[in-house]
Amino acid sequence: MGDRVIFHSDCNCFYASVEMHRRPELRGTAMCVGGHEESRHGIVLAKSPLAKAAGVKTGEALWQARQKCPGLVVVPPDYRAYQRYSRLARQIYYDYTNQVEPFGLDESWLDVTGSVRLFGGDARLMAEEISERVKAELGITVSIGVSWNKVFAKFGSDADSGDGIDFITRENYREKVWPLPVRELIYVGRATERKLNGAAVFTIGELANASDAMLATRLGKMGSILKAFARGEDVSPVREMDPDAADVWREVKSVGNGLTAPHDIACPADAKALIYLLAESVAQRLRELRMRAHTIGIGVRDAKTLGGYVRQRRLRLATCITAEIASCAFGLLCENEPLDAGHPLRALHVRASGLEPFEQVQQPTLFHNEERRVAAERLDMAIDDLRRRFGNSCVRRVAELTDESLTGLDIKADNVIHPVGFFGG
Amino acid sequence: MRMVRGTMGRRKRYVAVDAHFDEDGRLLPRAIEWDDGRVFAIDEVRDMRRAASLKTGGDGIRYTIRVGNAITYLFYEQPRWFVEERIAEMP
Repeated sequence: MGDRVIFHSDCNCFYASVEMHRRPELRGTAMCVGGHEESRHGIVLAKSPLAKAAGVKTGEALWQARQKCPGLVVVPPDYRAYQRYSRLARQIYYDYTNQVEPFGLDESWLDVTGSVRLFGGDARLMAEEISERVKAELGITVSIGVSWNKVFAKFGSDADSGDGIDFITRENYREKVWPLPVRELIYVGRATERKLNGAAVFTIGELANASDAMLATRLGKMGSILKAFARGEDVSPVREMDPDAADVWREVKSVGNGLTAPHDIACPADAKALIYLLAESVAQRLRELRMRAHTIGIGVRDAKTLGGYVRQRRLRLATCITAEIASCAFGLLCENEPLDAGHPLRALHVRASGLEPFEQVQQPTLFHNEERRVAAERLDMAIDDLRRRFGNSCVRRVAELTDESLTGLDIKADNVIHPVGFFGG
Repeated sequence: MRMVRGTMGRRKRYVAVDAHFDEDGRLLPRAIEWDDGRVFAIDEVRDMRRAASLKTGGDGIRYTIRVGNAITYLFYEQPRWFVEERIAEMP
């Protein structure tokens, strides 16, 4: 069987491109899309090529970006518009193949093995046509990587930040991919990089030729997976998705919400307000998915060091009751944090995992009052129904009202972009 | 004497449009109403395609239309229509 032909299409500086397309006066300026500074979300989300040339980096604070690049134009994000352009781009891809797998809003894999013959049999012409159509119809540019597996196709699209097309073939991957630092490989983050560097593995080529035993001791089962990635032996298929379904639908493994608070959290009442606000959104989404969660976790970010950690706890009974999720999360927080002025917190996160469907029969325990739990679930569902009809802010908890800066927030409705993982997580 | 002036740039200009649905459900513009009351009848629709306006920003269904001797673009942005208005050079 011949090799597969896989495209990886990546919209260049997607958010910034969309904004520059919608407002031509921004073209040719150093601009970036940035979060809201007063609610302390002021970081660079995407930047234009000129801002990039001035040294602005995605993820840094807006004040830092302005120091590097005076006169930087900052535009607030409009996620609805980005979702629309993402969908329109995917509609173009669907004209060429039915196997389109989105990876976030701005990237997609396309498996055109079966359809490349329908378009003349030349993958380069096909990629050029896709690239030109996206530019003409949507006014944004894409770079496309072509290879025989998904991992190398992604390298191809990263190689050129213009609207280029790059081929990674069995003949040239040793020259193109192997000299790159190991950090560039998907699923190699800071921690994995450190472990690999500790074993004198600095480039992808060195990873590809590293010993299996060493990788297994250092990285466990991920070791052999990463080595296969580096050797181009990734065989994962481009998943076929429902083109009409929501932007990025995957099997849900966890439900979580986090928020950087408008001011530092330095007392139990503020912490409780935020935890309840987050737990409310998490629980409501669980009920919408018709799921219950076994494990509740929290993430905490310290205001002084900006360092963070996570803690989690497994519940005896799976739950989707707001009060149970909130009290478990708040309990975890109280055990780990003094919650006083000496230890202010910047951001909190509540996460529910270990999901099981509503229909799953639960083993009751002697220590829970089952009737009360059923009643609590029904109460929550009644409130969900009210919120569906009259908006998320029509019923609120007293705990949430103690902090005035939080009262305008609607965490559930603002939660529109969902992270995805390569393994379909 | 009237001077012929060049084009300095283009701007996105929303316009009122008289349009017609045919029996196949195709939407064809018939006339453009300018805000000073003038009505420009569209004599011919030469092309229809999805396209972005690279001059003024925005995208949608782009109709290439002929009004008299002039050929220009009309965009259907759903639900609004716009043209790429000429900004005349300063005298």
